[in-house]
Amino acid sequence: MGIAINRRRFAVRALELVGVSLLAGCERVHPYRWLMRLFRPVESATRLAQSLLTPPGALAREFSEADRSSVFPSNGTTSPDEPAYQAHVRRGFVDWRLEVGGLVERPAVFSLEELRRLPSRTQITRHDCVEGWSAIAKWRGARLSALLAEVGVRPDARYVVFYCADPMDDEANRYYESIDLEEARHEQTILAYEMNDRALPVQHGAPLRLRVERQLGYKMAKYVMRIALVSSFDAIGDGRGGYWEDRDYEWYAGI
Amino acid sequence: MWEVDEPPVGPGVLEPVVVGGDSPRLRSVYRHALPTRIAHWIVVLCLLILTLSGFQIFNAHPALYWGERSDPDRTVLALKAVHTPSGELKGLTQILGLEFETTGVLGASSDAEGLSERGFPRWATLPSGQWLAMGRRWHFLFAWILVLTGLSFAVYALASHHFTNDLLPRPRDLGGLGDSIRDHLRLRHPSGESAAHYNVLQKIAYTGVVFGLGPLSVLTGLAMSPRFDAIVPFVVPLLGGRQSARTLHFLATFVFIGFTLAHIFMVALTGVVNNVRSMLTGWYRAPSAAGVSDDGDRN
Repeated sequence: MGIAINRRRFAVRALELVGVSLLAGCERVHPYRWLMRLFRPVESATRLAQSLLTPPGALAREFSEADRSSVFPSNGTTSPDEPAYQAHVRRGFVDWRLEVGGLVERPAVFSLEELRRLPSRTQITRHDCVEGWSAIAKWRGARLSALLAEVGVRPDARYVVFYCADPMDDEANRYYESIDLEEARHEQTILAYEMNDRALPVQHGAPLRLRVERQLGYKMAKYVMRIALVSSFDAIGDGRGGYWEDRDYEWYAGI
Repeated sequence: MWEVDEPPVGPGVLEPVVVGGDSPRLRSVYRHALPTRIAHWIVVLCLLILTLSGFQIFNAHPALYWGERSDPDRTVLALKAVHTPSGELKGLTQILGLEFETTGVLGASSDAEGLSERGFPRWATLPSGQWLAMGRRWHFLFAWILVLTGLSFAVYALASHHFTNDLLPRPRDLGGLGDSIRDHLRLRHPSGESAAHYNVLQKIAYTGVVFGLGPLSVLTGLAMSPRFDAIVPFVVPLLGGRQSARTLHFLATFVFIGFTLAHIFMVALTGVVNNVRSMLTGWYRAPSAAGVSDDGDRN
C-alpha cells in the first residue's frame, strides 16, 4: 500500500517535471493544439463570409450623445505597471512620442500635438467586449488612414501592428495587436486621444488607443507606443497577431 | 415524407406486418426520410455543444441586460457570489430584482480548489474550466454546422413538400387543437391512421423549433457580432439593442432546453425503442386502428 502511494507520488512528480520542462522548452504548449488546427478554418470561414456580405465602407452604427454610458468599464490594464509609462503620466505625456516604422517610405515620430493636427474623426460608438458587455462613448482621434498616408505604406506591407506600453505578465510580454490594411484605412479606424470630450484617461489607454469599431474590444489596443507595418506577423510574439490571439482568441474579432 | 403502407423497394424494407399474440396489431410505417434523420442527429450534437460552450461564454460576464448597453441598473439576470459574514462563499441568482440562493450550482460552485465564483458550474460548460477563448471556438464551429444543417434541411423540406405535407399545421389541424391538448394531458396517444402522422401539437412544436426558434437563435447570436451590426444596422435595434439580443439568445437556449425535455419525455412515454429506431432507420411501428385506443379521424 505504502509502495503504491509512493509509486503514484513518483508518477505525479515525474509528470509535473515533464510538464514543467515542456513548458520551459516551448511557448504555451497546451493539450488542445490539434483542436486549434480544427478551429482555425472556422475563423477563416467567418471572416470570409462576413467580408463578402459587407457593403464597401459599411460603418459601425453610431449613437447620440444621450446614448453614452454613464460608466464605461475599464478592462485589462488600468494603469501600466512600468516606470517609463508612469513617468509619461507624471509629465502629462509632453515628451511622449508615437514611433511609426516598418515597411513605410518615411519612418517618423509624432507628438500628441502633431497627431492632433492630422485629419480627425469624432464618433459615438458601442464598444463590445469579448466577455459580453457593451458600453457607448464618444471618441475623437487621428484617422489611421491619414497617418499611413503621411508615412507612405510600402507595397509589400499587409498588416499594421500596434505595440503597447502595458506589461501583461511576469514574462514581460507586452500587449500588442494587429489589423489588416483594409481595416486600417476604414473611415472609423482612428487613433483616439479624446474620450467623451476630454483627454483620454489612463484607464482607457492614455495617451492613445486604437478604435476599430467593427471588431471586439480586445482589438482596440490601449497605450499605443509604436506602430509598425509588416508583411507578416509570424515572427512577432507567438505569431498569431496579438497578445490575446497568442492565447487562442480569434485574430478576426468581427464576431 | 411518409409513405404509409407503401414501403420502398430494397433491403430492409418491411411489409406492413401484424405482430400477433399479446400486443395490438402493429403496422410498420416509413416515418422519417434519410435527410430528416441525418439532420436530427447533427442538430442533437450541435445543441449539446452550443449550450455547453454558450454557458462557458456567458460565464465570462454572467449577467444579462436590456438595451444596447450593459448598464448595471438595467440588469435582467445576474449570477454572482458573495461572502457571508462568516467568510463562506454564497452563490446568488438575481432575476428581475428577485434573489435566490443557488450555492453549488449557480453563482458559486465547486472546482479543484473548492467553492469558487462562477456563473454556471463546471459540468454545464465546455471546456469545464474557465476558458472563454476555447468556449468561443467550440461555439462558432458548431454554430456553422447548425446553420449549414438547418439551411440544408429547410431546402429539403420545402422542395420535397415535407414542410407543407407533414409539418405545417393546417386550419383543420388547429380545429383539433383542444382535443389534442386534452389527449396529451391524459397521456393518450393516437393509433391507427392518426399515429402515422404528426398530431397538431407536434406540428406546432416542430415547425416552431425548425423555422422559428432555430432562426431566432442564429439571428440573436449574430446580432452580438459587431461586424454583423455594421452589415445590417437595422436588425439590432429591432431586437432592442445588443444586450437585449444577448438576453434573447440566452432565453432561446432555455426554450430549446424546455423543448428538448418535453420531446424526450414524449419519446419515453410513447416507446423509446420504437421512436429511436424510427429516427435511426426511418421505420416506425404504429398500432393499427383495431388497437387499444381509438381517437377518431383527427388528421
